[in-house]
Amino acid sequence: MPRIAVIGGGIAGMEAAIRLSNLNFEVDIIEKSFSLGGNVNNWHVLFPDHSPARLLIDQLKNQLRDKVNILLGTEVVRTEYNNQQYILHLSDGTRLTFDAIVITTGFKVFPAQRKEEYGYSIYPNVITSAQLEELFQSEKPIHTADHRMANRIAFIHCVGSRDDKIGNRYCSKVCCVTAVKQAMEVAQRNPGSEIFLFYMDLRMYDRHFEDLYFQAQTQYGIRFVRGRLSEVSEKSDARLYLKLEDTLLGKPLRLTVDLLVLMVGMEPADNSPQLANLFSIPVGTDRFIQPENFHLYKNRTSRPGVFVAGCASGPKSIGETLADARSAAFEVYNFFNNN
Amino acid sequence: MNRGKQLIWQNYQKEIADDHFFYVRSCIRQNFFPGAEATFLRILKDVLQKDVYDDPDHTTCTGIGYHTDIVPLETTMTVVARQFALMTEKGYSHFIPSCVTSFGMYLEILESWHNHPEVLEQVRKYLKEATGRSFELPANIVHASDIIYKFRSEIAQKAKYRLINRYTGQPLRVVEHIGCHYAKMFPHKSVGGAEFPRVLAGIIEEWGGEVIDYPERRHCCGFGFRQYFIKANRGYTFSSVKKKLDSMQPYSPDLIVTNCPGCNVFLDKGQYVISEQEGIVYDENGYGIPVLSSEELAGLVLGFDPWDIGLQVHQVSVEPLLDKMGVEYEPEKKYLGKENIPLGRPLQPTVLKTI
Amino acid sequence: MPSFGFSVQPPQHIDLDKNYRAIFDFIKENEPSFQRCIYCGSCGATCSAGNFSQMSLRKVNLLISRGQISEVKNLIDNCLLCGKCQLVCPRNVNTRKVILLIHKALKMPLS
Repeated sequence: MPRIAVIGGGIAGMEAAIRLSNLNFEVDIIEKSFSLGGNVNNWHVLFPDHSPARLLIDQLKNQLRDKVNILLGTEVVRTEYNNQQYILHLSDGTRLTFDAIVITTGFKVFPAQRKEEYGYSIYPNVITSAQLEELFQSEKPIHTADHRMANRIAFIHCVGSRDDKIGNRYCSKVCCVTAVKQAMEVAQRNPGSEIFLFYMDLRMYDRHFEDLYFQAQTQYGIRFVRGRLSEVSEKSDARLYLKLEDTLLGKPLRLTVDLLVLMVGMEPADNSPQLANLFSIPVGTDRFIQPENFHLYKNRTSRPGVFVAGCASGPKSIGETLADARSAAFEVYNFFNNN
Repeated sequence: MNRGKQLIWQNYQKEIADDHFFYVRSCIRQNFFPGAEATFLRILKDVLQKDVYDDPDHTTCTGIGYHTDIVPLETTMTVVARQFALMTEKGYSHFIPSCVTSFGMYLEILESWHNHPEVLEQVRKYLKEATGRSFELPANIVHASDIIYKFRSEIAQKAKYRLINRYTGQPLRVVEHIGCHYAKMFPHKSVGGAEFPRVLAGIIEEWGGEVIDYPERRHCCGFGFRQYFIKANRGYTFSSVKKKLDSMQPYSPDLIVTNCPGCNVFLDKGQYVISEQEGIVYDENGYGIPVLSSEELAGLVLGFDPWDIGLQVHQVSVEPLLDKMGVEYEPEKKYLGKENIPLGRPLQPTVLKTI
Repeated sequence: MPSFGFSVQPPQHIDLDKNYRAIFDFIKENEPSFQRCIYCGSCGATCSAGNFSQMSLRKVNLLISRGQISEVKNLIDNCLLCGKCQLVCPRNVNTRKVILLIHKALKMPLS
């Protein structure tokens, strides 16, 4: 029975492992942190239906139970290819042999301090969307760093995405709808607050996304302003003074807010380029892993027996990630049954 | 929160030469604040015992001409080449411009020559034909305020005064203003980068002051040759000055420190213009906020006579600051020149109080 | 005061801290569909008066939302109430009611 390595224990890795195990393969998940679930562990409720992220992770964990070998706190440091098998050397010293590999290393959020002018990690009231999700875990109103009620909150889209200066020309896809979702969650927790979303474009690409946009405007009075943030400063009362461009009016815009949320984009996981190197598979100029092609063979890489699924090959929503993971599992099955 | 600034600052460090400097002066600084450059040379030679050469044959860098489209670029490059030739002939390779616009322009030209070596060869030819001189590129080129930054601890050790308000015992509240051409063009050739430059903040903190961060901190002062050269455009310049001063007023600063001579001129004299046009004065006592350059401030903390530094020609009276710092000075000598010859008193403005 | 030959200009930016909100709030309260506007410009593209003047309801709505009221009267006076904007609005904003409310608001004393 062929043995498959799933590198990365986020939801893509978990779903791929479950399906592969159901197809009677022996599966090992190799995860560098000490828990499964990856980035979804940090989310509160998911778009578009506000279902709890915790529930999704638990459902996946339940299906995984006892079927799959889970290796936590370790990562691949060296590979060898011998006799159509992959030998993986892990950081904890183990050496394992596999017949196929599925790379599901996912993404990390853009480190917002790289946008120096936005004041992240300089002004305490500038936070990322990831940090805001953490604040949502308690159902309490959202407060500023100095414990005042946040009455005016601004969200900035496209932080670290669609930005040649940063080196990430691509769109991270899901941040626009996440901003709309988060804006409504803030409005629910802080009634009477004024919330602004500053976007370049609004990517409401999937089913129900436009409805969320409509709801944000009509039910919560959230203001959507097409415009770009140029600079954040702090006033003497620790509130933030924002300098923006109002694109549609063609004039500069200034406002003071209590809290600024940066919608940080996705970047490939830290170990992803090194892993691609170990398997000699190409990455694109955007540093995500390059699939064999974009249509029929989205999960295959240039190396037979090495597959990729989830955000390791580009930004995706949760639904798309899970579908991609299933598709990768099926490609692995085809790999062994059509030879 | 300063951790973020520390991280940024660490990304933008540069090599600053230690000794044997070739100093070139600033058109604006010499004309408006003549004591400042003399103070800088005195600090380097007498206090820090450095070798600094002030060549009597050197000229303007023609930055003013370049930025107002009066002087063609090739001419500017040739004049800059002559400056470098003088440096080479006198045996120096560390170049220190006093003016920030000059500094930016020298960097721009060096970068152009680096990317287009054929232009460099052409300029060598022009200089040879025009003057018979040849030149080497400087090994290190930094601004005068970078030198003060580098030796800030040495200056602090020899300092007579600290940036402390002796009436309250609190650090002085200091606004630092960096010239645009220092960091905005080549952030990696500055200390601290373009967003949170460190060169003046480091100096102020070393000498005991508190640096104020206010919303328009990185706003240009409006001194752009194209703006202020033509009278009708000057409103733009003073609108920028007003914007900055309005923004810093809630923080009640005691002092503004600059490194660019032009910024010094407009932040200082702009307070007069705004007081006349809008009736606003930016400190509670009606005297305005004193504006000093980094070398003037260095001279002051080292205990030089304020009138030797040239502070009497500043529009905004510096006496309130001198009193806060506890600096000893002789008020009656303010408008007396060498050998106590009276220099004459300036006219009194109608709104801004002067001493 | 000496004759300077120039004068200091006030900042030209839109200040959302101090902007004039009364008309925006009035319309939102009396015609909630006003909040749905996404400033797509379908109304302005089809506007009859837009053929002969600078009138565009998109521009008017935008100016009102930012509190820039001074230009609104000149633009909105061109409107013929033909209703073409209402026919094309993809968000189903009740544009004719919004226009009538703007006229009403402009006549109200400044609050």
